[in-house]
Amino acid sequence: MKMSTVRLTINGLRVHVPAGISVATAIALVGQPFRHSVTGEPRAPLCGMGVCFECRVRIDGVAQQRACQRVVNPGMRVETDG
Amino acid sequence: MVDACDIVVVGAGPAGLAAAEAAASHGKRVVLIDSQPRAGGQVWRHDALHGQPRVAMDAIRAAAGNANVTYLEGTQVVAVEPERLLLQDARRGFHLAYGALVLATGARELLLPFPGWTLPGVTGAGGLQALAKQGWPLRGKRVLIAGSGPLLFAAAATAQRHGAHVVGIHEQAGASAVHRFAAGLWRWPGKLAQAARLRLELARVPYRTGSIVTTAEGDHGVSGAHVRGGQGDERIECDLLAVGYGLLPQVELAQLLGCALEPEGAHARVQVGPWQATSQPRVFAAGEACGIGGIDCARVEGHIAGLAAAGAAVPRALVQRRDRARAFAASLRQHFALRDDVRGLANDDTTICRCEDVSLGAVRTHTDAREAKLATRCGMGACQGRICGGALAELGHGPRGGMRPPLFPTRLATLGEPVLSSVSDTRGYTP
Repeated sequence: MKMSTVRLTINGLRVHVPAGISVATAIALVGQPFRHSVTGEPRAPLCGMGVCFECRVRIDGVAQQRACQRVVNPGMRVETDG
Repeated sequence: MVDACDIVVVGAGPAGLAAAEAAASHGKRVVLIDSQPRAGGQVWRHDALHGQPRVAMDAIRAAAGNANVTYLEGTQVVAVEPERLLLQDARRGFHLAYGALVLATGARELLLPFPGWTLPGVTGAGGLQALAKQGWPLRGKRVLIAGSGPLLFAAAATAQRHGAHVVGIHEQAGASAVHRFAAGLWRWPGKLAQAARLRLELARVPYRTGSIVTTAEGDHGVSGAHVRGGQGDERIECDLLAVGYGLLPQVELAQLLGCALEPEGAHARVQVGPWQATSQPRVFAAGEACGIGGIDCARVEGHIAGLAAAGAAVPRALVQRRDRARAFAASLRQHFALRDDVRGLANDDTTICRCEDVSLGAVRTHTDAREAKLATRCGMGACQGRICGGALAELGHGPRGGMRPPLFPTRLATLGEPVLSSVSDTRGYTP
C-alpha cells in the first residue's frame, strides 16, 4: 500500500510528509529546529502530550500552537522560531 | 453548534469514554471534549504506524459513536463559570452550559530536573512513547530509557516497534522492590500477562534496577548520559534519552472549579466519594485525576461517574471492581517509591522553569511557589507551571498554588466571547 503524503511548508520550506503524523513529528522529520528558549537555548518536545509547550510553533499565522497536538494538514504553514 | 447539554465529560481517555457511554446510555445528552486530535487519551493514543488496540477502538466507538454523544476533538476548557465552560478549539472560542460535569483529565508525567535535561532529544518516558506514536523518526536511533515504573517498559516497547535500538532501561527503584512488585502481580492476572508480554518483547534490552540518569550531555542535542548504579558511574551513548518518574494527576480544572483536593505524595489529586462525586455539586471526577490508578481503575471509575452524573443507580459490583483496581495502584506507589537521590540531581545552575529559564539556585531560597514565581518568574510561562510546579513540589519546595483562568494560553478573541463577565470571578481560588 502506498502511504499517502501531505504537502506543507515548514519555515518556508516546501515538504512532503506522511499523512496522519503530528506537526511536531513533521518538523523533526525534515530536520528543522524547534523553538529557542528565552536565553537562546535550543529546545525540542519534552512531554509529547500538550503540557510542556516546548514544541510551540506558529501555524497559519496563529502563534503558541502546540505542534504535538496538531495533525499535519495539506497547505499548512508552520513556523518555528528556530 | 452545541451550546448546552446535560453532561460534559472532559477528557476522552479510558475514564472519559466510559463516563460518556454510561451517561448516554441513560438518555442523557453528552458532550465529550478532548484537547488531543483523536480520542483515546494517552494510554490508548492512536499510533500513526500501528493504529489503536481493538479495546480502544471499541471504547471510542461506544462513546463517540453514540447518538447521544457529541464528541469535540482538539478542544480545551480555558475558563469556568457557574454551570458553564468557556472552550477553545483551533478555530474559535465558545461557551457550553451543562447540568453535570465529569472530569476525566488524566495524568501527566513527573519530570525531574537534572543537568542537561533541557537538551533537544531529552524527553519524558511517556513523552517518547507519545512522540513515537505521532510518527517521530526513531528508526536506527539509540534510545536510553530511565526513571521509574512500568511505563518505562511500555515506552521501550513502543520505541522498539518504531525501529529504535533501545540501549537500556534504567529503573531507579532497587532490585528487591521491583521483585516484590513482580511477585505480587499474580493478584492482577491481566497486569501479569501484560508484564510478561512486554518483558518477552524486550528480552534483548538490558534492564537495570537501582540505576539513575544523573546528567545528559551533548552540544545541540543529547549524545550521551551519565548513569549511576550498582556498578558505579558509566557513560552511555544515545541519540534520545527518555526519563520519566511516574505520573501526576492533572487537577487544574478541578482546582478552578473549587473541588477539594487531597495529597498524593507531594502532589494533589481530586477528592471523590464512593460514586466519584467531588466536593462541588454536580461535578464528578474519574481516573488518574483522582490518583494514579491505571487503566482498569480509570475505566470502572468513568463508568461509575457517568452513571452517577446521569442520576442512575450505581451497581455494587462496579464499586467492588474499582476498589480492587485501586489496590493495584497502591502496590505500584509502594514499590516504585522514589529514592531520595533522584531529588538531588539538579544543581544551582540547572534550569527548573523551562519556559522562563529560571535555575534551581534562583528559586531555592523560596519555600512558597507563589513567592518564587513573583520573584523569579518561575512558572509564569506558557506551560503555566505544569512542569516546574510538579518538579518543585517533588523536590520539597512547596506545593503549587491555586489555578486562575485561563487554564491554557488563550487567544484574545476567545476571552472576548460574550458572557465572560462572570468568569473573572474565581470565588477565592486565587493562589
